[in-house]
Amino acid sequence: MKIGVLLKQVPDTESKIRIAGGGDGIEDGDIKWIINPYDEYAVEEAIRLKEKLGEGEVIILSLGPARTLDAARTALAMGGDRAVILDEDAFQGSDAYGTAKALAAAIEKEEIGIVFGGRQAIDLDNNQVPQIVGGLLGWPHATWINSFEFEGDSATVKRPVGGGSVDVVKVSIPAVFTCSKGLNEPRYASLPGIMKAKRKPVTKYSADDLGVSDDVGADNALTVLSDFTPPAARPAGRILQGELSDQVAELVKLLREEAKVL
Amino acid sequence: MADILVFCEVAGGKVKGTARELLGKAKELADGGDVTACLLGSDLGDAADGLGELGADTVIKVEHDALASYVPGAWAAALSQAIEDNNPDVVLGAASVLGKDLLPRAAALLEAGVAADCTDLREGDDGIEGTRSLYSGKALATVSVNSEPKFFSIRPNSFVIGDVEAGDGDVEDFEADLEDDYGYEVVEVESSGGDVIDLTEATRIISGGRSLKSLENFGLFDEPARLMGGAIGASRAAVDAGYATHSMQVGQTGKVVNPQLYIAAGISGAIQHLAGMRTSKVIVAINKDADAPIFQHATYGIVGDLFEVMPMLTEELAKVLSD
Ligand SMILES: Cc1cc2nc3c(=O)[nH]c(=O)nc-3n(C[C@H](O)[C@H](O)[C@H](O)COP(=O)(O)OP(=O)(O)OC[C@H]3O[C@@H](n4cnc5c(N)ncnc54)[C@H](O)[C@@H]3O)c2cc1C
Repeated sequence: MKIGVLLKQVPDTESKIRIAGGGDGIEDGDIKWIINPYDEYAVEEAIRLKEKLGEGEVIILSLGPARTLDAARTALAMGGDRAVILDEDAFQGSDAYGTAKALAAAIEKEEIGIVFGGRQAIDLDNNQVPQIVGGLLGWPHATWINSFEFEGDSATVKRPVGGGSVDVVKVSIPAVFTCSKGLNEPRYASLPGIMKAKRKPVTKYSADDLGVSDDVGADNALTVLSDFTPPAARPAGRILQGELSDQVAELVKLLREEAKVL
Repeated sequence: MADILVFCEVAGGKVKGTARELLGKAKELADGGDVTACLLGSDLGDAADGLGELGADTVIKVEHDALASYVPGAWAAALSQAIEDNNPDVVLGAASVLGKDLLPRAAALLEAGVAADCTDLREGDDGIEGTRSLYSGKALATVSVNSEPKFFSIRPNSFVIGDVEAGDGDVEDFEADLEDDYGYEVVEVESSGGDVIDLTEATRIISGGRSLKSLENFGLFDEPARLMGGAIGASRAAVDAGYATHSMQVGQTGKVVNPQLYIAAGISGAIQHLAGMRTSKVIVAINKDADAPIFQHATYGIVGDLFEVMPMLTEELAKVLSD
């Protein structure tokens, strides 16, 4: 079986984010780019599934600028077999729908039978692409999984749904899954792995190859971001003074009378 | 003027608290347009009652056996069909666990875009637009949607809703055309029975960090959380140490919360923790290190040992909140 992994390259969380002049985006300059941390769980789960099946191929799929290939190579070094990179100019500026449309087309072209992605990308936190891919392909999707048992034509997964509840779901394959913390411990890329990854095949498709020219790119985006600003600084806080017990009494009074949140 | 459809989640036979917030905001933004509430489930009982008072002119009930538990394919099909039939300009839903899963798929079936997890909504030059928080809260941006309808999911507790002009609340049924099988079967729901209010929707949260030192010590928060009607959260360090469950983790790799009041006790305020709670209206920091970064984000701070402060706080809350 061909196992697909949806992968995005994102800024390291420690990176300083600078708003570009004009406010139409962020400055690329100082950013250290990494694999979206949740996508590492997806890569790991895909490799484990291939190991369990004893056959198959793990295909890393990523849409983004040319540097995206670095993140894909890291996933190949972990054990992915090959990559499909959508880095043509036409793809740049795609929104969640356009990105999903292109990825879904690539999944069909590659005849992939199961897809893993991260629970969300930590740059824009859109939390949309895998669900849209599922919708476009007509496959079931199960998000935020932290347990995955493959059973041939289905998989049983667990997904925390809030308030301490966990849905245990049996999902028919083909399907799209998004991976949360707790699912597995992603392996590190070994040195031989990194050497081998350099020679692993990379396929590039154009928007025309995939038949999505009218869906991708900034011009076709259904959602548009503009007017980037740094978050408003919180007004300076107040550090309470005096005896601890007086501070606590004052705090509760402030919460009730000044902030009105109690 | 805009016609707005609000997807309202139902739990335990009632609409969730987010419905009030979304319908109230919808009423304000509709500016004379129709506000429609849309409910999905297999047996909605009287969950549709009283939504007129929250601002709904019309309530659409979509009842179907295939909607008994949350099945993304079935729910997306049902919601998109109801939306197509109602033809609104704007669709609103909560950026809850369910909303985040459902809305992108439902919108995709209509070739519509979703502005996800907005913390503000307003009338812009081209209709309604929102504000999103990006890069773990290190940037904000305006988000607009170029499709019909425009979808927005809203981070719970983003709006304070005052008096809302009531709508008629007329209830209509919509028959969705669904398949028997969407390849997704909920075989069991495991419940810890513990944290009943989900963190993402809680209006008050007390969170603890590594400094709590044990699972038992997290019990220090039970009583104040109960008194405030709040939920208990944790830092990743506390979760990794086994003092709290992952469902309690706030932050980049946990939950993004947006309460009225967030009390961080013994939490240093790492950037990844801030990513999950920095939009809280009021932040209280309790930390014995006066230089802890959390104080730079706190509305009120107490420099002190949480093992001394928490019992005092519990006592004080009991005093004033039981009056
Ligand atoms: C990719 C990535 C993702 C991450 N995701 C998350 C996330 O989702 N959520 C998250 O929280 N973290 C996350 N982290 C971890 C984060 O960087 C911090 O390590 C973590 O938040 C620290 O938790 P803490 O504040 O409990 O512990 P510490 O940083 O150890 O701080 C403990 C604090 O408690 C104070 N203290 C100690 N004893 C007492 C006492 N008796 N009374 C009062 N104060 C006391 C100390 O002064 C200190 O400030 C992530 C890290 C990475 C790299």
